[in-house]
Amino acid sequence: MARVVILGAGISGHTAARYLNKWIGKNHEIVVVSPNAKWNWIPSNIWVGVGQMTEQQVTFDLAEVYSKTHVDFLQAKGVSIHPEGSATIAKPYVTIEYTRADKAGQQENIEYDYLINATGPKLNFNATEGLGPEHGHSVSVCTAQHALEANQKLQEQIDALRKGEHRTLVVGTGHGMCTCQGAAFEYIYNVDHILREAGVRDKARIVWISNEYELGDFGMGGVNIKRGGYITNGKTFAESLMVERGIEWIIRAHVKKVEAGKLLYELLDGTFHELEFDFTMLIPPFAGVGLKAFSKSEEDITSQLFAPNGFMKVDADYTARPFAEWSAKDWPRTYQSPVHKNLFAVGIAFAPPHPISKVMKSPNDTQISPTPPRTGMPSAAMAKAVAESIRDMINSGSDKPTHTASMSEMGAACVASTGSHLFRGTAATMTVFPVVPDYEKYPDYGRDMDLTFGEIGLAGHWMKSLLHYTFIYQAKMKPGWSILPD
Amino acid sequence: MTENATNREPYQQAYYPPVPTGFTRYMRTSVWWQLWRFIVINWKMLKLLANSHH
Repeated sequence: MARVVILGAGISGHTAARYLNKWIGKNHEIVVVSPNAKWNWIPSNIWVGVGQMTEQQVTFDLAEVYSKTHVDFLQAKGVSIHPEGSATIAKPYVTIEYTRADKAGQQENIEYDYLINATGPKLNFNATEGLGPEHGHSVSVCTAQHALEANQKLQEQIDALRKGEHRTLVVGTGHGMCTCQGAAFEYIYNVDHILREAGVRDKARIVWISNEYELGDFGMGGVNIKRGGYITNGKTFAESLMVERGIEWIIRAHVKKVEAGKLLYELLDGTFHELEFDFTMLIPPFAGVGLKAFSKSEEDITSQLFAPNGFMKVDADYTARPFAEWSAKDWPRTYQSPVHKNLFAVGIAFAPPHPISKVMKSPNDTQISPTPPRTGMPSAAMAKAVAESIRDMINSGSDKPTHTASMSEMGAACVASTGSHLFRGTAATMTVFPVVPDYEKYPDYGRDMDLTFGEIGLAGHWMKSLLHYTFIYQAKMKPGWSILPD
Repeated sequence: MTENATNREPYQQAYYPPVPTGFTRYMRTSVWWQLWRFIVINWKMLKLLANSHH
């Protein structure tokens, strides 16, 4: 009997757990380790952040769902990986520390035959002084709890606007190396929509600030789509929507510091500026969660398994190359560690070989360009591919993965809400294929122009609502969940 | 700025990007048209998924 341990129960980790439970759960052990008691459908957090959904609508209890499966759920965080075992433990194992109240702080070693690192991002608010809701002066929509607080502060602004006061609201990225611009993009338009519904939009100044070279970059070097008889870059559409909604934008910006009511930022040209605000939602940069790794002799081998940013190295080509030599082939396919064949990393937890957007630096040597996004669809695809590989490896005894899910060979669909309402809502639906442009296969634009498209409309809002209910249904493993697309 | 301004400041950020016409904005929330677009979007997503599995 084999034991598969999965660190993390987000979109990637929980997807792997569901499929492994379905395929091998009766005959083998599956252990899920997650510090959070609840699963969160993160894409809907922006609606929590504007008061249109509750925390209960975007989360559910993991222990309750796993209790109906063969999965053992441990509410704990991963601390260290010991892929060679130790002097006293022959098998590879992870050290975990419980976060559940009755066992908080207790550590335990969990042996494994296969380990999937699906720990997602550390929300690195500390990377920018004054960033974040806990110790800083900005709000966030990255977790359901953060989003609740964001809405509370937003409603205070709306109350002030209703009294005739003028307010400045700033939304965007809180560091020069952020990814996840899409979440901020959704949030700013939902804020605009909410203010219009409240009849107070005319008294609010709304400003976008991000590290993108141009609007519409989203950390994937932008996208070109065929529309209206032209092939047009997404910059045009992104700027159009900003103008249509009366939103100003600042790009090529690295937020250096957030003070109460003021943020300080550097632009790519090396100049420094300040922007006063009454409300600001800034996405933090991501890092790995900080797992350490140790050899059998207790030597620290973290740098062998992890990149400096804390993400785990997998079967990518990490050779340092200039931008002109970046290739679709650099990206991982199996997500297997090159050092340990029973170790995998998926979702945000794997280390990308390099960004997708070109690295840009100011004259002060500040990097002001996005890092690569790993959105829901690719994250779930990676998790399912790794689950399939592990299933096949267990059944065959081979150490070779059997399934692949490279971001340069798969597409992603993103539906960015621009205002929620059954008949007045809209969303920008965008598909890109592949996520990582492949200029060797698609010389003109790096992507398949038939499978890459975008449009804004009510249909997109219906789509996003449908996805909300569908993916939560699927994540709860209700009847027929496995026939729904991931 | 003069009190009797009759011209508009050019070359600002909002000067250049295309802005949708009233008809375009209407079609974005026209229920019948958007029902059709919902079908098309789902079809395109299924094609995307079909091309993404390895």
